[in-house]
Amino acid sequence: MALVEVSGLKPFSETSGQIFGTRQTHLVDRTNHYSFGSSVREFAVPVGEEPSGFLTSCNKEGGVNIEMNHGTTTLAFKFRHGVIVAVDSRASAGRYLASNDVNKVIEINPYLLGTMSGSAADCQYWERLLAKECRLYRLRNNHRISVAAASKLLCNMMLGYKGMGLSVGSMICGWDKEGPGLYYVDENGNRLSGRMFSTGCGNSYAYGVVDSGYREDMTVEEAYELGRRGIAHATHRDAYSGGVVNMYHMKEDGWIKVCKEDVSELIHRYREGMF
Amino acid sequence: MEYLIGIQGPDYVLVAADNVAASSIIQMKHDYDKMFKLSEKILLLCVGEAGDTVQFAEYIQKNVQLYKMRNGYELSPSAAANFTRKNLADYLRSRTPYHVNLLLAGHDESDGPGLFYMDYMASLAKAPFAAHGYGAFLTLSILDRYYRPDLSRDEAVELLRKCVEELNKRFILNLPSFNVRLIDKDGIHDMEKITLTAK
Repeated sequence: MALVEVSGLKPFSETSGQIFGTRQTHLVDRTNHYSFGSSVREFAVPVGEEPSGFLTSCNKEGGVNIEMNHGTTTLAFKFRHGVIVAVDSRASAGRYLASNDVNKVIEINPYLLGTMSGSAADCQYWERLLAKECRLYRLRNNHRISVAAASKLLCNMMLGYKGMGLSVGSMICGWDKEGPGLYYVDENGNRLSGRMFSTGCGNSYAYGVVDSGYREDMTVEEAYELGRRGIAHATHRDAYSGGVVNMYHMKEDGWIKVCKEDVSELIHRYREGMF
Repeated sequence: MEYLIGIQGPDYVLVAADNVAASSIIQMKHDYDKMFKLSEKILLLCVGEAGDTVQFAEYIQKNVQLYKMRNGYELSPSAAANFTRKNLADYLRSRTPYHVNLLLAGHDESDGPGLFYMDYMASLAKAPFAAHGYGAFLTLSILDRYYRPDLSRDEAVELLRKCVEELNKRFILNLPSFNVRLIDKDGIHDMEKITLTAK
């Protein structure tokens, strides 16, 4: 995919237009939000189709029962020594537990991480596409993309398909010239820079634990413990989160993977103070 | 959920916006700035659907700056407001309308200060004072009661404070702090944030 663009080879849909001698029909109407990326849209959407309406009809009342993967808790916070990223690893499809060992952090490059919550397929696809764009940026401009720019790219991708049923709640974490960076991007085109975010259906529980235990001058070990606690307590209360805690630490010289611990073991360890 | 307010005086416009960026029941950010600087003397305050607000406001912002680059002089506040409204109206009946509510405040050399109220249906009204959001139901009557066209700057800030106090007293949602800015012939001035604990 990347080589096709860089080498200037025309993508298939453009050449087919020329073969049949017709002007390339525009797959979007004129007044429309900005189309991300290349001159050819990633997915052709026929004019007049209503993807979001179709999706709402795919529920129990409509007779069909397609439930997308949704449950998650992810959190990330900035502190003196960098950014801590902690995620759970459960994938649920409605009430069915599809997997307890999913990797919800995409390693875009040694200085950029992306987390995934919402629809697993959407997150994996669009963040992989973001990784491709970041790599192209590095090759074209000879310096690494900033966290702000990477998050803006993802945000614009989301805006190109706004209202069509994407479900992505992602945090882009990295370390660039401005220092540690943390951005929250979602399918509505929301893009927020902040010191701490948590996404997924267990996010409120994580906010509670991390907000009450956070200090800007924490040591690295205290920060690891806070991240572990946030995910563990959220998975304890939220049925759709669980599995293991995957934790990363974004430092000035890149990220390191800190740990991968089973939440049930963590909860047993914390049990003394809990009940 | 979100709140915008603007008060026009004889030679200035005072505007304020709350600082909360929310997602369902969670406050994701407590220090979010909802004001966009269109030019040296024009501010656009924008609230509404997530994603639409920033995208639309940045679109207007870049186009106003492009006008200055192409023509060598800036759009007046009235021209910028009408341009914004035209864009809202054009997208209103498309497949992707922008659901945003706006206040545009500016100071023109010849026309003086101006405050323009716009909403997602692409209506436009020049008004001496205006507000957006649920908070407007509580505060518009306070503005009706105490507003005078010859308010001094301090009196306008006092009036703004009265509105914020009413919100803290009666509004069900917690809006702890507000960004305040003032526009006059010398440009845009940042004023002291109004926070819950301040008297």
